Amino acid sequence: MLHNPAASAAPSPGTGAGVLGRLLTLWRRFWSRSNEKVGYLFILPSLIHLIAFLFIPLVFSFFLSFRDWTKPSFADAPYVGLDNYQFLLGDRRFWQAMGNSAYYTALAVPLGMAFSLAIAIVMNQKLKGKAFFRTLFFMPVVSSWVAVSIIWLTLLDPNVGIVNYVLKLFGVTGPNWLGDPRSAMPSIALIAIWKSAGFNMVIWLAGLQAIPQELYEAAAIDGANRWQSFWRITLPLLAPTSFFLAVTGVIGALQVFTPVYVLTKGGPLDSTNTAVFHIYRRAFQEFDFGYASAQSWVLFAVIFVITVIQVGLRRRNEEIQY
Amino acid sequence: MVEKLTPQMVITRIVGYGVLILVAGMMIVPFMWMVSTSLKTPGTEFSYPPEILPTQLDLTNYRTLFLNLPFGRYFLNTLFITLATVAGQLLICSLAAYGFARLNFMGRDTIFVLYLTTMMIPFQITLIPLYLIITQLGWVNTYQGLIVPGISSAFGIFLLRQSFLNIPRDYQDAARIDGANEWQIFSRIFLPLNGPTLATLGVFAFMGTWTDLIWPLLIARNEQMRTLELGLAYFNARPNAFLQPNWPLLMAGSVVVMLPVLIVYIVAQRYFVQGIALSGVKG
Repeated sequence: MLHNPAASAAPSPGTGAGVLGRLLTLWRRFWSRSNEKVGYLFILPSLIHLIAFLFIPLVFSFFLSFRDWTKPSFADAPYVGLDNYQFLLGDRRFWQAMGNSAYYTALAVPLGMAFSLAIAIVMNQKLKGKAFFRTLFFMPVVSSWVAVSIIWLTLLDPNVGIVNYVLKLFGVTGPNWLGDPRSAMPSIALIAIWKSAGFNMVIWLAGLQAIPQELYEAAAIDGANRWQSFWRITLPLLAPTSFFLAVTGVIGALQVFTPVYVLTKGGPLDSTNTAVFHIYRRAFQEFDFGYASAQSWVLFAVIFVITVIQVGLRRRNEEIQY
Repeated sequence: MVEKLTPQMVITRIVGYGVLILVAGMMIVPFMWMVSTSLKTPGTEFSYPPEILPTQLDLTNYRTLFLNLPFGRYFLNTLFITLATVAGQLLICSLAAYGFARLNFMGRDTIFVLYLTTMMIPFQITLIPLYLIITQLGWVNTYQGLIVPGISSAFGIFLLRQSFLNIPRDYQDAARIDGANEWQIFSRIFLPLNGPTLATLGVFAFMGTWTDLIWPLLIARNEQMRTLELGLAYFNARPNAFLQPNWPLLMAGSVVVMLPVLIVYIVAQRYFVQGIALSGVKG
């Protein structure tokens, strides 16, 4: 911003009175009876919390990313300008971690959405005992990631695990799921799909129940089969739901941490070293807080851009009306 | 109502139940395996073929968890941290929600939009600075360090505000004419009328805090401060890859972590499912 002392010392009379007048109106409005000032008291605790635990850390994080901050002390952290970001551009391990996160997202989000939609469509039929099934499908959703990971560690054990035992009954030799760099990430994605299916199903169901039944009846009269009405009615009318699930799913998947921490610790051979796990290690095991902050801003930027692209695609598709 | 079943409808139902039973099996077998393994003597957990249903009823593992390992302490830590966080969220979020829904103060809508935008900020970006701030406050290894960052949420305020907006304005006006102040209107009319939404938020906050790993991982460095989730994660981390893990004991630990959440879920299922559907529709 330009700071001109001459301009502020001798403001032109018109704008000066304008600003002063506007401030006065604001002040009058603030003191007026229609301004229920007790409202500030009601939001005060949450506002203090928001400032202390979100705004300050956010600004602090930005400031950190331009510093060489290798100790958890405020004393010596030299300003290094864009060095962290410059180094990051050529940091192969960081970009490999970003690639791993992208791979995980590409597996877990679309397959997870398709799997849970299939369950939701069945659950939307006239069947008895749906509440019972819903309770069962929800057990993985409410379970802790650590407990679920420990269970799957034994289920996916290449020698004694149940999964490979069942595969063997069908004459298939199962892979070394979490121990092989090629199958480790798909294994984590499969566990995540299993864990979140119930959650996504409830959201799909809410979308399905909003579709008017008459549309299907009309389509049936016109001679459409079920497959056609699924592609021409169900899927297009579920667009807001699929948009919501895709956006929140991608945002969540790009930040996957806990299953990686418990199941593989980023291995084998860094094949499951995802972006947030990489940042975690850089910050809390190597204590390189400045560089790790720069990495988290780059991840944030990537998530933001992908979300904007998704919103843009949605807008463009909204123009197609049925 | 008597419905005539066409052959096509019969096939649809058979296929439907088939799919549901298959998926239910996929969802439930891992948990059955967890319970049956937790009841086995260490060293006998893997048999051929694998046993999904319990064949032994050995409670030694549970005894070991609470008598030889500090799982009792972990349990109390988790319970205290979770209940304090839930109480904080219910109070702070409902106060703010009343302000945003029912009081006309200057800048209200601007501030509310600001709250909403914060829901889009990913947790990983504030993790490092938040940890450094907590360190500077001397809150590492303390309950306040584990509780205070979680006692308010923009999501909770949003959820409660939606619910408060549905209360007719007349209730508020009538109470004002009778001389009630805003605190009385809030605590005697709005809180009792919004029980289900408060329950929904409470269940969400309970589940989120009980099963959180990353924040306790950073703040509870001392063994005395660990939560169940963190204690179990540490217990699972083997000192070296050649050491065979004690699976029955780990499974017993998993049962202990999961049981309270499952009980809360089964009791408050309605609120939980409602909340998810709501966040999906509104989102």
